[in-house]
Amino acid sequence: MGLFSMTKTVLKSLFKKPATIRYPAEPAKRFEGTRGQMEIDIDKCIFCGLCSKHCPADAITVNKNERTWSINRLWCICCNSCAENCNKDAIYQTNVYHAPIVAGETDVDVYQGKPVEEKPAAAEEKAA
Amino acid sequence: MHKEEQTITEVGVDNLVSEVSKMYDEGYRLVQIGCGKYDDIFEINYSFDKDCKFVNLRLKITEGVVVPSITGVYLCAFIYENEIHDLFGVSIKDIAIDFKGNLIRTSVKNPFNTPTVTKVKAAKPAKSENAAAAGAKPDVKSDAKPDTKPDAEKKKEEA
Amino acid sequence: MAGRIVVPFGPQHPVLPEPIHLDLVLEDERVVEAIPSIGYVHRGLEKLVEKRDFKDFVYIAERICGICSFTHSVGYCKAIEAIMDLQVPERAQYLRTIWSEYSRLHSHLLWLGLYADAMGFENLFMNAWRIRETILDAMEETTGGRVIQGVCKVGGVRRDISDAKLKEMTAKLDSIGGEIEDLCHVFFDDASVKHRSVGVGMLSKEDAHKLGAVGPVAKGSGIALDLRQTGYSAYGSLDFKPIVETGCDCYSRCIVRAKELAQSVDLIKQAAANIPAGDIEVKVKGNPDGEYFSRVEQPRGECIHYVKANGSKNILRERVRTPSSANIPPLVKMLEGCQMADVPVIVLSIDPCIGCAER
Ligand code: SF4
Ligand code: SF4
Repeated sequence: MGLFSMTKTVLKSLFKKPATIRYPAEPAKRFEGTRGQMEIDIDKCIFCGLCSKHCPADAITVNKNERTWSINRLWCICCNSCAENCNKDAIYQTNVYHAPIVAGETDVDVYQGKPVEEKPAAAEEKAA
Repeated sequence: MHKEEQTITEVGVDNLVSEVSKMYDEGYRLVQIGCGKYDDIFEINYSFDKDCKFVNLRLKITEGVVVPSITGVYLCAFIYENEIHDLFGVSIKDIAIDFKGNLIRTSVKNPFNTPTVTKVKAAKPAKSENAAAAGAKPDVKSDAKPDTKPDAEKKKEEA
Repeated sequence: MAGRIVVPFGPQHPVLPEPIHLDLVLEDERVVEAIPSIGYVHRGLEKLVEKRDFKDFVYIAERICGICSFTHSVGYCKAIEAIMDLQVPERAQYLRTIWSEYSRLHSHLLWLGLYADAMGFENLFMNAWRIRETILDAMEETTGGRVIQGVCKVGGVRRDISDAKLKEMTAKLDSIGGEIEDLCHVFFDDASVKHRSVGVGMLSKEDAHKLGAVGPVAKGSGIALDLRQTGYSAYGSLDFKPIVETGCDCYSRCIVRAKELAQSVDLIKQAAANIPAGDIEVKVKGNPDGEYFSRVEQPRGECIHYVKANGSKNILRERVRTPSSANIPPLVKMLEGCQMADVPVIVLSIDPCIGCAER
């Protein structure tokens, strides 16, 4: 019927539970394969720079001399290209999204690799 | 694997419009006009389709040659012709709806006709359209004095 | 004769999802001429190809459009594969088909929602988007991304769908099939929808042909133009007929899209039932050398990816002709002679995606 075509849907919706999630009271949907953000296992990294060469968004900077690997979180498009091109399997994707970045915060995460000879000491991640 | 048969016929500036009219009379639909610049040659492809049969006319010109518009035959060509004019700086005369270089507004004039923009690394503020294209945003605070040398040409044009 | 006035419409307008500017020349309430201009979101993606490895460019090609994203990557990969004569495994072809149809579902549901919104039919808009959410969930679950899937790569696909998951997906489609039907029923029969769109934005078959309309705009004007008939991906082995309406107005274009929903559901089911086992990618060796025009049917119509390469790892030139740019000339034609109040509905009826029209 021309005028009441929505009635059935409206009635159904009245008795259904809401289609939306009460975020942040309830956690957001997340799937196993969701492209969240890139993580690096800095101990595996040999700072070859392959990942940054294959990054379509130029988000990765690798500094071989200082043994740092940094990623610009806002530039990264989570394409997973770096992970696929890394011969050492150092990069992997998690399904956790990065927290929002507000003005004044840095969007570049720098990971410092261990110095070459020394034993485990300063493999901490810290924000730049 | 699926691979379509695609013929490409070369045409010249003088017989372009007549060839296009022939296609029109045969009932072809104008699919697209696309331009490319290889060394000093502009290659303009006019693609037509009829019942999923795909044919192309190809026009090769050098810088400065004026191309006749085909909007007299296919009116819809105006959008492609203006685009080619704006991006490559190819001059096309008598376009039915001529935007005179204002269809696509870019900070650099004829961006596709300038030497390839250098890959801008994170530390430099990526000002130009092309560099920003990867979704990269100018990183305002990361570096105050970027090395602008590879960009010098572009900077001048923007100024 | 009434005096003429020019009303600027856009680039920012409540009804416009993307920035297109129209100068409407009005005589009283009637539009006599419309002059489009675009160029607010040119990103130069075509130029970027010269700086990227051809395999990495897939991710950028995909980002040309935020809605037809998957089909853009298929178009680009298809061009490279044709140049390099790669034999893409059957299973990958079927998976591409399934995801392409999923993106068609999500795009059309999005459009139907926006169209309802343009008419002021808010709860229909919400309803369409609620259904779309389930499609996006299926997409995220299988590919990892809601709208940018990133699963297509040169030589195949990057993720597989297990057979159990495929069964689950078709079962889910069955269950939302009823909802889609209810939704389409509103678009087919509702008095207010008809009131706003029947006889509005006429584009005759001849004009559609002459002006190079593609996709639902052409199909709504009686032209059976559907690139899926060329049989790329797995479409060659699936059974479908392009949907054609002959009303030539906004209503027909709307009906085409609504009917394509059911068609996509059907195609996904067919593909899921026939999908062969096997590899999902082939190894890519060497670099492309040659040129090819790859054509795919996107939710908005025919899209061309022209790739020219010279044997190095960077491509010389990629030219993308998106369906929206082909549909701008027909839009200008449709707007001639319409009422000012109908302009938003007509503009929306071509499903304008200006971001991809400019790239
Ligand atoms: S993450 Fe992998 S590819 Fe990147 S520098 Fe380290 S080892 Fe090389
Ligand atoms: S996921 Fe893609 S965009 Fe992000 S850092 Fe890796 S290669 Fe670059």
